[in-house]
Amino acid sequence: MPLDQIYEGHDVDLVRVAARLRNAIRSDQVRDGATETHVYRRDASTMTNKAGIVCFAESTADVQAIVEIAAEFGVPFLARGSGTGLAGGAVPPAGAIVISTTKMNKIISVDPVSRMAWVEPGVLNLDLSNQIAHLGVHFAPDPSSQQTCSIGGNVANNSGGPHCLADGVTNAHIHGMEVVLPDGSVTILGGEEPEPDGFDVRGVFVGSEGMFGVATKICVRLMQNPPEVATMLMDFASVADGADLVSDIIAAGIVPAAVEMMDQLCLIAVEAFIHAGLPVDQAAALLIEVVGSAGGVAADVARISELATARNVGGVRIAADDAERALLWKGRKSAFGAIANIKPDYYLHDTVVPRNKLSGVLDQIYAIVEEHDLQVLNVFHAGDGNLHPLLVFDGKEPGVYERVHAAGRAIVKASVDAGGVLSGEHGIGLEKRDLMPLMFSETDLAAQADLRRAFDPQTLSNPDKVLPSAATCGEVNRAPEGAWI
Amino acid sequence: MDLTVDDFAANVGSTGPVAVVGLGTRAMPPADVRLVSAPIGVDWIQPAEMTIQCGAGTPVADVAEALAENGQQIPFPPGGTIGGALAAGQSSIRRLAYGAMRDALLQTHYVGSTGKVVKAGGPTVKNVSGFDLCRLMVGSRGTLGFLGDVILRTRPISAYEQWFTSDRDPWELLTGLFRPTSVLWDGAATWVLLEGHEGDVTEMAEAFGLRPVDQAPELPSGGRWSMAPSELESLRVAPPGSFVAEIGVGVVHHTRARPSRQADSVQAQLHGRIKAEFDPTGRLNPGVDVLTVR
Repeated sequence: MPLDQIYEGHDVDLVRVAARLRNAIRSDQVRDGATETHVYRRDASTMTNKAGIVCFAESTADVQAIVEIAAEFGVPFLARGSGTGLAGGAVPPAGAIVISTTKMNKIISVDPVSRMAWVEPGVLNLDLSNQIAHLGVHFAPDPSSQQTCSIGGNVANNSGGPHCLADGVTNAHIHGMEVVLPDGSVTILGGEEPEPDGFDVRGVFVGSEGMFGVATKICVRLMQNPPEVATMLMDFASVADGADLVSDIIAAGIVPAAVEMMDQLCLIAVEAFIHAGLPVDQAAALLIEVVGSAGGVAADVARISELATARNVGGVRIAADDAERALLWKGRKSAFGAIANIKPDYYLHDTVVPRNKLSGVLDQIYAIVEEHDLQVLNVFHAGDGNLHPLLVFDGKEPGVYERVHAAGRAIVKASVDAGGVLSGEHGIGLEKRDLMPLMFSETDLAAQADLRRAFDPQTLSNPDKVLPSAATCGEVNRAPEGAWI
Repeated sequence: MDLTVDDFAANVGSTGPVAVVGLGTRAMPPADVRLVSAPIGVDWIQPAEMTIQCGAGTPVADVAEALAENGQQIPFPPGGTIGGALAAGQSSIRRLAYGAMRDALLQTHYVGSTGKVVKAGGPTVKNVSGFDLCRLMVGSRGTLGFLGDVILRTRPISAYEQWFTSDRDPWELLTGLFRPTSVLWDGAATWVLLEGHEGDVTEMAEAFGLRPVDQAPELPSGGRWSMAPSELESLRVAPPGSFVAEIGVGVVHHTRARPSRQADSVQAQLHGRIKAEFDPTGRLNPGVDVLTVR
């Protein structure tokens, strides 16, 4: 089908749309060549499609102009930050206008007393915390991709990260945002004040995966840096002992800043990569961090050590200084890079189970993976029950993708059956859209579609995502190449 | 629970104006409208998951008592029912450290305007599966659906807590203390709630010259104002004693009613569309407009 007539059977002439866009914003901000539309065909998932036009917005006015033109022509559009999403949320509907926010990357203002900052959506997560570190504050959500992911993307996905156990996910750290709604109107959702009038439209926009409009300025909550930090690495001869310790800690009334788990295959891969002296001969290790004032941190460390002893802990290593702490965290956060030592390709999953079901579901995951003749590394946010099975494989093996996708479906189903949810932080996107009925009835999904329609009556903002076909009334539901749904 | 969510849904029905009533703490039900009440009772408490499931009609005090027996608490203001507190969406004076109350609602089965039961959210703390109807319900004052049962995130009760008072500037305390749970200011005196390890609390209090007191100050109940925390400085010229402000948060408990304000037209239209999608005939809590009520 020709590039200018592909969306949803609408007879849209993208050449005319591009001409209008070049009139509304600078022409060098509008690209429709094969190179750009090819680059913006995908995010960090394995799914791809074809962008129609790519626009590099530099201001709210740019975004508004683009969205107004999209609405006038009935062309779908989507905002895109760094493209690090793993669920296909930023894979464009065929022929869509991609609005890149990477050039909207200014920190507008920082108020260290009220502990809030206004930023543009293209500001990178870690850049914000680095640039305000001298003020004694940080932005708490810290996804593993924090060096490259944008705060606009964090808002769209309601991103998590290791330190969300104590501090909560992105939604708890967003006071408000300026948004361009899908009809081109501009408003502030939420704001600096604690109790804005009306519905919590701020709260529902966060995590709406780009389907409610485009955030153009974001007011984030900043957290005080703790005076004391203790980082512990504990190893276990059985995965179950490590997993059960997580529940013991929480049941004892301690909420660590982070509790991360790595299983043996992961420890081996990471150790080969960073040489941190990880316990590669053990079945699993927990990386536990407690923060706060000195007395509380010492008491928590002592109590956690007691509980660990009761769960047959092997070694307990407490980081002696910031350098050792950084090394241990580097091990955790570079796990995905390290897997190249095992197999050339991987598929990363994301589900949540109740903490007390962790060891049972991990057993099921090992069994599922063996049944499908694959290998798995487990590296995940154990404190939140947020599993991240990493299936590793060689994409050149015939039929391997079928096995990877079948194993993935079985893992998601096992998690939901254990009383868990489809996704803890990657989102639904295209990847899990058609699995939504595992968690929600038709009535539940219809209510979600109602909310979507209230924000976007024309359903032009990042269509096809999140809601399976029965709930969306007329949206296209063609899964692009690579989707395993 | 004393009735199931399905029974509650049958009571709500699918036609005619209907209002939900709890203990009448936060809002009185409208006259001449059929009234329904949400299920009452605690289903389960899981301290190791930091979650509780209960009927929305359960009194906050009952939930607090049941949780305390398990070393847990919820960040709700005292009084009324769980559903009423969520429908009003107003956090407790511990919001500075605990975060907003809206973050506590993980899952709910609510009854929509068609009388059908809708599940929103999921049972785990971390969950990004679909659109966040839980946050839509919090603060919606029963105009989009009536909460049936809820799963809430709980938090452990601290080993130690103590209220203090001080004549020092509240912003100095806000920035100097490590994560105080509450900083309240009436224009003259400052009150601070510190929690954690007893030794840490005592040491911090001594370092800042804080004097222990039995409890928080009484909060004026004439009006609940919502201001940007940086704007609270403007209260320096207000008569001391006419307000108690939550420093670092922006809620002001005032002797006077809150000044009225007007939503911008984009917000008003968006709210209109949401209401039209969820309750097209306007049968749920008729007469309540979330953009003007306070």
